[in-house]
Amino acid sequence: MSEWLEWFTHMENTKPFALVLFFITFVGIILYLFTGKKRAKRLESYKNIPFEDDDDRRHEDSQS
Amino acid sequence: MAHTTAQPAQYDYAIVRNFTIMALVWGVLGMTAGLYIASELAWPFLNYDIPQITFGRLRPVHTTLVIFGFGGSALFATSYYVVQRTCQTRLWGGPLARFTFWGWQLAILLAAVTYMAGYTQAREYAEMTWPIDILIAVVWVAYLVIYVMTMRNRSQPHIYVANWFYIAFILATALLHIFNNLAMPVSLFSLSSYSLQSGVQDAMTQWWYGHNAVGFFLTAAFLGMMYYFVPKQVGRPVYSYRLSIIHFWALIFLYMWVGAHHLHWTALPDWTSTLAATFSILLLMPSWGGMINGIMTLSGAWDKLRTDPIIRFLVVALSFYGMSTFEGPLMSLKSVNALSHYTDWTVGHVHSGALGWVAMISFGSLYHLVPRLWNTRMWSTSLIYLHFWLATIGIVLYISAMWVAGIGQGLLLRAFDDYGNLAYTFIETVQFLHQPYVVRALGGLFFVSGILTMGFNTFMTIRQGRREQAALQAAAA
Repeated sequence: MSEWLEWFTHMENTKPFALVLFFITFVGIILYLFTGKKRAKRLESYKNIPFEDDDDRRHEDSQS
Repeated sequence: MAHTTAQPAQYDYAIVRNFTIMALVWGVLGMTAGLYIASELAWPFLNYDIPQITFGRLRPVHTTLVIFGFGGSALFATSYYVVQRTCQTRLWGGPLARFTFWGWQLAILLAAVTYMAGYTQAREYAEMTWPIDILIAVVWVAYLVIYVMTMRNRSQPHIYVANWFYIAFILATALLHIFNNLAMPVSLFSLSSYSLQSGVQDAMTQWWYGHNAVGFFLTAAFLGMMYYFVPKQVGRPVYSYRLSIIHFWALIFLYMWVGAHHLHWTALPDWTSTLAATFSILLLMPSWGGMINGIMTLSGAWDKLRTDPIIRFLVVALSFYGMSTFEGPLMSLKSVNALSHYTDWTVGHVHSGALGWVAMISFGSLYHLVPRLWNTRMWSTSLIYLHFWLATIGIVLYISAMWVAGIGQGLLLRAFDDYGNLAYTFIETVQFLHQPYVVRALGGLFFVSGILTMGFNTFMTIRQGRREQAALQAAAA
């Protein structure tokens, strides 16, 4: 096995590596979510999906 | 941008109705079993020297029926409903969906019967013997295929965030179930088996499963429920969609690491224990972010709390989600855990999550769902109010009693006299528990009365819906 692959077989290497990888990915997600006004508008528009096939008229006042 | 579909497909509600009914059936049976074993602890004569109904056998019956019977069926029902409504397409694989229903019900029934007969593999929340494990794995793979195929057939370009939580729950549960239950049967015709792992690795696997069952089955999946039913019932979209995305990814990144906090002060390596505690503390942030997102969905509509008992269920559920996700990280600290572990504080914590969060969000969601599934109104709004108060009072009694029991028990077990001897005998710590156990059983009685009320109200609603349907058909004929 080549030397660089062997590096991954040691848990003391792979654990912090995984941690750094996940952390960078997570920071990437945060940056993606909060940069760009157009993107923010598009993402926030998805919150209306549950209301797009409403047939709730009959049930709206089911508590009355 | 989100797209609007003019003609939503004809949805498959029959499967949703079946799971909804069974959620309530298992809920009543499972919570009654819980009340009975709580009473056995307060009044041990209730064991009646009958092995099948002793605490040791009925306890897994209770946990299996409430987690997998009630919670699982409620999740199948709501996920099959939500995926159809938010993807605006019919559920994929009709007969396969029926298979998931019958397979799941059979697994729960077989588990309960075998536990009472004395068969268990002694893994917490996974006591089912190996043939039932295989049945569950097959059902679960079918569930995953149905869900993925339905999402692939969607009319809506974007997959709504509730589905992310549901799919994460389905995927993670498959992984957890399969790896936790790897075992070698004693023989082909024996229900007994040996775990593939041994010693501390086995303990580690069990709690990797155990805590992630809490994280993905009892949290992520019910958050999927929350992200659909809270906005729908309130009539306003979720407070922040971007916050829901952070909530999702932070939970996914963090949850898998925390299981080892169940094994503090054991043979587990110290670094593993510390790592689990650290990630448990980190989990507080996404959990509270999600709770705030849910609660803030009500901003501008708080007045509805006065008039809508279903919203009360949902808001109280979110409050308990916040409370138990604060208590959990606190208990994961090694110093706190030294006091709290092996005491009833843990039992109280589990129930503040299970009753306060899981059951309350399920009740709220099912009250939203039932009138829509049977095309009518709830038979009685007053009974929903009654259920709300019975459940809320029941939870408060339960967890308060367990705080007293657990903290008191922990202090008594750790007390030393001036010479370094234990200050109390074991039996003195048991005697101390009697009163809190009585109060806990009383709390359970309130909670069971609540779900019985809901069962009756739902039964009458279904009957009313069928009568209205029959009258409409007669008028049309």
